[in-house]
Amino acid sequence: MNNPVTEERRKEYWRRTLRVTAVLLSIWFVVTYVVIFYAVELNAITFLGFPFAFYMGAQGSLIVYVVLIVFYAWYMNRLDREFGVAEEG
Amino acid sequence: MSGDFVSRLPKIYGMYTGGFLLFVVALAIAEQMGLPNAWIGYVFMAATIGLYAMIGIMSRTAETDEYYVAGRSVPALYNGMATGADWMSAASFIGMAGTLYAQGYDGLAFVMGWTGGYVLVALFLAPYLRKFGQYTIPDFLGVRYGGNLPRTIGIICAITASFTYVIAQIYGAGIITSRFLGIDLATGVWVGLVGVLVCSLLGGMRAVTWTQVAQYIILIIAYLVPVVWLSIKVTGNPVPQLAYGEVLQQIGQLEQQLGVTAGHATPFVKNDMVNFLALTFCLMVGTAALPHILMRFFTTPSVKEARKSVGWSLFFIFLLYFTAPAYAAFAKLEVYSNVIGQSIAALPGWVASWTQVGLVSVCDAVDAMTTVKGCAVNGNGDGILQLAELVLNADAIVLATPEIAGLPYVIAGLVAAGGLAAALSTADGLLLTISNALSHDVYYKMVNPNASAKKRLTVARVLLLGVAAIAAYAASNAPATILSIVAWAFSIAAAAFFPALVLGIFWKRANKAGAVAGMLVGFGLTLYYLINVKFLGMTPWFGIKDVSAGIFGIPLGFITIIVVSLLTKEPSQETKDMVEDLRYPKLAKG
Repeated sequence: MNNPVTEERRKEYWRRTLRVTAVLLSIWFVVTYVVIFYAVELNAITFLGFPFAFYMGAQGSLIVYVVLIVFYAWYMNRLDREFGVAEEG
Repeated sequence: MSGDFVSRLPKIYGMYTGGFLLFVVALAIAEQMGLPNAWIGYVFMAATIGLYAMIGIMSRTAETDEYYVAGRSVPALYNGMATGADWMSAASFIGMAGTLYAQGYDGLAFVMGWTGGYVLVALFLAPYLRKFGQYTIPDFLGVRYGGNLPRTIGIICAITASFTYVIAQIYGAGIITSRFLGIDLATGVWVGLVGVLVCSLLGGMRAVTWTQVAQYIILIIAYLVPVVWLSIKVTGNPVPQLAYGEVLQQIGQLEQQLGVTAGHATPFVKNDMVNFLALTFCLMVGTAALPHILMRFFTTPSVKEARKSVGWSLFFIFLLYFTAPAYAAFAKLEVYSNVIGQSIAALPGWVASWTQVGLVSVCDAVDAMTTVKGCAVNGNGDGILQLAELVLNADAIVLATPEIAGLPYVIAGLVAAGGLAAALSTADGLLLTISNALSHDVYYKMVNPNASAKKRLTVARVLLLGVAAIAAYAASNAPATILSIVAWAFSIAAAAFFPALVLGIFWKRANKAGAVAGMLVGFGLTLYYLINVKFLGMTPWFGIKDVSAGIFGIPLGFITIIVVSLLTKEPSQETKDMVEDLRYPKLAKG
């Protein structure tokens, strides 16, 4: 694993990092701002006994945030190993 | 700190948690045997503060790496708990459920904003800052952009944001000590200050980290116990977060009977949609820009652990935040069904205790506006408490709910201890940020690079005492509720730091001139807007309230950095290489 990482591989690693960042950020945007934007309409739906927009603000979006971060950590650790830039070598 | 210490951590904190629970049970038994309420309050305050001081003394240090970044050996799980305690302040613990009580759906901007911000921390900052591997946020600005100017601006912004924030913590600690020691609020603030200093002056990130883990355990127990209890009492379900959907429906029915037109779950009643969106945005970006949170990710052993640690942090924060709306709902149900409609003469003891602190007012008298402090309307004088005649300050809700619901007093004491833990742990982290900025960034890096570690710490502590005293003075004049003071700090930090940090990592072309201009513009505009709208009566732009001041400063900061950078010289190859290096956890030398 001590071979120097080629310029090309490095670029590829960074490109994939940016891609996963963009995807996760879009999900973050939807569960936050889109849900707020349509709060009045979404509240007409009942979910687990809650008005849906209230549920999202109080629990649903939060759960998604935790999942996003855990996924990112998992994905990036795998990416590090694949491209030979992980700290443990 | 050796690996041996790390492997003993689960045992140490396991025993600690068990010991704390036994202590609560013992006090509960003592209460049943006739220990007066006031004593329960004293014992909780004294025991917990004594405990934190002890941990602080046991883990104090004079080594630089230990002092600033806890030896970079804090495992992800514990760094998560410490970040949780560092993060969850008096505003989260005391203020948030109170705001949710008062504003219903509209208070959820805080819940979403203060959790969603961690996604930004994880994606844009934590791993890269850890790779950078210095001591403070101004360090990063100084190295990335070069020279003392970016560092100096970073220091000023860090101190301003942290100082605003610390005022709120000392005020929160003041409310708690004032209520549970039976002294007035202004005196309580000074007592609270002593509690803060006992922990933080003992020194160092290492001491603060292990104290914060202990404080997290107390605060989360204290927050969950009353809600679980209420949930079992009202719904029979021990998981309040699942059970309160039903409670919301009961609240809806009571609201109709009481003639409340805008229900608890109705969006955009107290806050229109634009302000709600703007506030959520400012709180999220602010989360990803507060120096006292970001510096916690310098303490993990590796980039991998830093990423994992953000996940643990948010998980521990999430435990409290998804409970807060349930707390608010149960509190509202108790007030609507058991307090409103009571005869004034028969009101329980908590009303008098909280009236004394100035956070509850009963306005039944026909001339209440002039005779009773805190009343905005006159009552009808019928001797019965109507909804409009009860003024409950949002900051009192969490602390008063156990008493309102008639739970044993030991629960009220436990909640107070939790609130105090939240306020003290955050104040510790903030004072450490201010003290690091002064001792590391100003004194060591700029004034006297030859100063010994010991001398640097002495200088910082003296300045720290002064800063803390000024904060306590400001807090004793309590200019707004805890939550709004804190929200200002977020806007300030968001506009000052976020653009410079993110572009510094993701855009190699960003240079010194751009960063300096961007930080000054973002910080200046936010402060200008906040002060003008809040204190000088300026008409808000687009109706945006002062708490969301950052909504203008953040985008303008980005634009300024980009435009000015493109107009000036490219950064050196050395700087570009450094940015390149940040992006990979480890690059084999080739």
